[in-house]
Amino acid sequence: MSDMEETGRTPELPEGSEVPAAPHRVIGTPPPSPRLLGRGDGGGEAADQAPGGGGVAVAEHAVEKLPTEPDYPEHAKNAEKIVVALFLLAFVAGCGFIAAYIGLGVHTVDKVFRSNLALGLSLSVTLLALGTGALIWVRHLMPDVELAEERHAMRSTDAERADFQEYFKEASGASQFVKRPMVRRSLMLATLPLAVAPLVLLRDLGPLPGTSLRHTVWSPGRRLLVYGTNQPITAAEFSAPGGMITIVPDGYSDDLDALAKAAVILIKFRPGELDIPTRTQGSTVVGTMNWAVDNIVAYSKICTHVGCPVALYEQTTHHILCPCHQSTFDASTGATVIFGPAPRPLPQLPLAVDGSGYLVAQSDFTQPVGPSFWERG
Amino acid sequence: MSDNFTVPKALSGTGGWLDDRFHGARGLRVFMRKVFPDHWSFMLGEIALWSFVILLLTGTFLALFFVPSSAAVVYHGSYVKLDGLTVSQAYQSTLNITFDVRAGLLMREIHHWAADLFMASLTIHMLRVFFTGAYRKPREVNWLIGIVLFTMGLLEGLFGYSLPDDQLSGAGLRIFEGVLQGIPIVGTYGAFFLFGGSFPGDSIIPRLYILHVFLIPGLILALITAHLFIMVHQKHTQMPAKGNTEKNVVGQPFFPYFMAKGGAWFFFIFAALVLLSTFAQINPIWLYGPYNPVQISSASQPDFYMGILEGSLRVMPAWEWSFLGHTISFSVLIPAAVPFGLILTGAAFWPFFEQWATGDRSWHNVNDRPRNAPIRTATGIAAVVFYGVLWAEGANDVLADFLQIPLYTVTWIARVLVFVGPAVAFIVTRRICIGLQRKDAELLEHGLETGIIRQLPNGEFIEVHRPVNEDERAVLEAKRVPALLPASGSEDENGVPAPASLGALGRARTIANRAFAETVVAETNGHGNGHGNGHGPADEHAAVGADSGHAELPGGGGSDGESTDS
Amino acid sequence: MSWIIARRRRPVAGYAALLLGLVVVALVYGALTRTGSGAQASAPASAQQDIAQGKALFDATCSSCHGLDAQGTTQAPSLIGAGAAAVDFQMSTGRMPAKEVGAENVRGPVRYTKQQIYEIADYIASLGGGPAVPDAQQVSTVGANTALGSQLFMANCAQCHGFAGDGGALTYGKFAPALTQATPTQIFEAMLTGPEAMPVFSDGAISPSAKRDIIAYITDTRTEPNPGGLSLGRIGPVTEGLVVFLGGMGFLVLIALWITAKRREPWDVAQERNSARSGTEHE
Repeated sequence: MSDMEETGRTPELPEGSEVPAAPHRVIGTPPPSPRLLGRGDGGGEAADQAPGGGGVAVAEHAVEKLPTEPDYPEHAKNAEKIVVALFLLAFVAGCGFIAAYIGLGVHTVDKVFRSNLALGLSLSVTLLALGTGALIWVRHLMPDVELAEERHAMRSTDAERADFQEYFKEASGASQFVKRPMVRRSLMLATLPLAVAPLVLLRDLGPLPGTSLRHTVWSPGRRLLVYGTNQPITAAEFSAPGGMITIVPDGYSDDLDALAKAAVILIKFRPGELDIPTRTQGSTVVGTMNWAVDNIVAYSKICTHVGCPVALYEQTTHHILCPCHQSTFDASTGATVIFGPAPRPLPQLPLAVDGSGYLVAQSDFTQPVGPSFWERG
Repeated sequence: MSDNFTVPKALSGTGGWLDDRFHGARGLRVFMRKVFPDHWSFMLGEIALWSFVILLLTGTFLALFFVPSSAAVVYHGSYVKLDGLTVSQAYQSTLNITFDVRAGLLMREIHHWAADLFMASLTIHMLRVFFTGAYRKPREVNWLIGIVLFTMGLLEGLFGYSLPDDQLSGAGLRIFEGVLQGIPIVGTYGAFFLFGGSFPGDSIIPRLYILHVFLIPGLILALITAHLFIMVHQKHTQMPAKGNTEKNVVGQPFFPYFMAKGGAWFFFIFAALVLLSTFAQINPIWLYGPYNPVQISSASQPDFYMGILEGSLRVMPAWEWSFLGHTISFSVLIPAAVPFGLILTGAAFWPFFEQWATGDRSWHNVNDRPRNAPIRTATGIAAVVFYGVLWAEGANDVLADFLQIPLYTVTWIARVLVFVGPAVAFIVTRRICIGLQRKDAELLEHGLETGIIRQLPNGEFIEVHRPVNEDERAVLEAKRVPALLPASGSEDENGVPAPASLGALGRARTIANRAFAETVVAETNGHGNGHGNGHGPADEHAAVGADSGHAELPGGGGSDGESTDS
Repeated sequence: MSWIIARRRRPVAGYAALLLGLVVVALVYGALTRTGSGAQASAPASAQQDIAQGKALFDATCSSCHGLDAQGTTQAPSLIGAGAAAVDFQMSTGRMPAKEVGAENVRGPVRYTKQQIYEIADYIASLGGGPAVPDAQQVSTVGANTALGSQLFMANCAQCHGFAGDGGALTYGKFAPALTQATPTQIFEAMLTGPEAMPVFSDGAISPSAKRDIIAYITDTRTEPNPGGLSLGRIGPVTEGLVVFLGGMGFLVLIALWITAKRREPWDVAQERNSARSGTEHE
């Protein structure tokens, strides 16, 4: 039998030669396999959809019951051995998991490494063996079948809909909901406060912001401490040009809430490199050379974009880079923004020297630090 | 073959007892025989499902040891490098789980990998559903539930990895608070209410904890249940194939086949997660150190599913308005709301937009091949490129370091690509889909080239073509040609224009409709073997060197590379 | 003497002669070359011979960029006041002599012996002072406070070098190197002298004791095993996301393909069927 039709020009192929088979894709929906059962609820429509070869063979194979034996019994015997071996492996590995838990201690990094490796390996082997065994069981021990099931219409029938509407109307009428508007409206009114109450009860989640975002803990005379060592610092100690250090306010070195706004980055410039023009916002001075001491300048370390610490300082370019979103500030001109999403320069902390020679703040920042907010002004 | 076993008494006894009370026999039989279609891409959603189950199990273990408190303690545990450091109890308990609880590190890692896998599989599953059109009627509600699940999963992951209060996740919370603070009018109140005061405060860890272990998982569990119930009730879609119609579902019964495969799948997913946890370290919080708002590291990225938000923040140039004592920072608001909002809102509206544009309100239980819906596929790929560019930009410092490209250059490339990329992707994808449709049409008309050359007695050479067999034909022909809606400006036979085609919206609808309706029609004359069948001299592929040309396909394409001239 | 001559033809004589020669060469070599007493020994300040030899080496190689008096040129900065520590750092990491003017200098092969580096360092120190090379005690991490080191590192170093010292990108194509190969002395010197774009962390800002804590943190971290598996680069969630997609999803997609693959006839059954069929057809 040739699949090719006769035409005027194309001769028939010699008898017995095969048309090459179509490449059988194993990916994707498999074509119906030889044994095709009927619909789940009876009916033989699916029997007509048997694979190529015509309808002759179908009638013999259209069965209503699942076959109980695998398709290739010889291979099933091999497959069974493999499945049993895999399940036994899973058992052994599972016992190994428990043994590893009991036997391997922790409390040092090396021991944790060993324990994690042993537990993880044994558990992986258990699970892989179980999964592979189950899969080979399905694929090689169970007979290959395919069912076709009928889909039921999702839409209810018109009669069902009519019944529904009828009862709904009856019941609504009986409930008096429609006929007595005052009852209806007062009910809705009555439930309104209860609906709003859950939102109202959230009020005490936190204090109102008030003006707290406008201020930090920096105040006149407060000493600058080096973060970590919590030591105050003199201008002489911080005299190497190109120096940078992270600063926290005296008295608040452990207060994370204060540090989240008050962290400062201190930078030492060579003479002549620092050139901060005096800038004002309205009538407030927000940056000036007078606030630097001996070419040492202090900026807020809290990025004006969304608040990460701006810490990356390149002494050759005087750029301060925030590693979160790459906002870049030029430290030599008052931390003006030269790249990135930050909208404003870093606020400058006015510096002075106290009686003992330590660096102190002249006052708080003259503008709110950190990310912008609606009431910022 | 007869069954030569009887059901064990224990099973039948218990079953009977239950059935006496629950009328279960019929329903259970129907369910056991229920047919589940078999395609590898249908298993992607289950990855998410089983990952969620594993998250619940490992999460329970972790919750038995974790202390959700910001109270400061001095660390004196097993990780001696940090001995003497003041940390929060949350951080300390996480170090404790890692180094002092057996299998603690493994559980932590499985939990975190499962969260990542949950989001990764959801993304791929969502894309599969989109590209095959499985969100169409009657499954729009399930699609919307899926989008909500995706968003919930994202929040759940964000809150979860913030619980240990380590440097990296703390930086993420700082960014979260900074964005929240920047929202006009209500931002500062929202930030202060969520954090119980100024950042970081003492309340955020316990609050995130209750959201993470109770409220959001409850919501996710409920939505997953609804999602599955709807899928079972409506039955799963199926791929186009011979025998698969809109009115049936073909596959294997639940018991024993699908159950066994599902079980095997669970074990494989669990195994994948445990293998990852054994050989790939995730979230080494002991290396990050505890959170301090003064500290930061380079390469500070959130988990990958937040990458698009991070990239949006990095790609945006500075833009802020100050007026009348108020400040709006667009460099924060636009990245936070627009890109991801666009994608999620677009996804949510897409089924309805497609219905509006195609006028197609019929049921669909057979999936589309992506090539047969060029506009849908092209839009999807454009969205993927948009998402991908921003996702890559989120890792811009790592890319700059790894690829040795200057830092700002990476950002500039992203700034351009975020607009150009999706546009180019849309155009290219649409052309590829149409090209693939042409290939299908050609297969239907001419059959498969077998590569066998035969010489005819008169000396001519022909290539033997094999017509597509019935299975292949069913797949190739499974293409709906969308109906054309009445164009705007057109009138029916009574001179009445269709109401839906009026106005600007009507014109837009016509444009959309024409775009969606574009398709390549295969001219199958029923033979499909590539020969003229006596109808004309135009026997394509008939002979190398023959002077007959090709039969032209409609649309002016279909060159198959053979020479036409003698 | 005649005792030796009498035994000169014995087999063992060859070995004895070889051994004697090796010992003599070793003694002569040891006498002629100066051994440094440990890597961190600072050269004696008043060794004029060192400074003269240093100047000779400097003139031969370094002066072409740094100027004959180390005063700097358009191609390279002045080294007056840079100090011995800077010279030791740059040369012992192979950054200097620079391969290319203007490019960022990265760690490379070291072209000079320790002694030569000290000589050049002494010469530069003699020109204008500057930080000295730290001795072994100054960089010893015994008893260091790694917790404090972690705080200082995370606040001042991690933003460039990464939380585990694996390096990172800076602006305009510059990079902060990974800290996996730097010796404690080199770390100390880098903090002290601020090479290239790195800021200077003078002893006034970060005391030598605090520097030791930072060095201990770095060395502890880089030698620490990764208990959770492979480190994935220690750069955070970027590589984790890559692994979950490529490794996790990739593996699972392959398994899904296997689970749903069409079941084929076993090979031998197919063979039988084919041969049976062709057998009957060919008749």
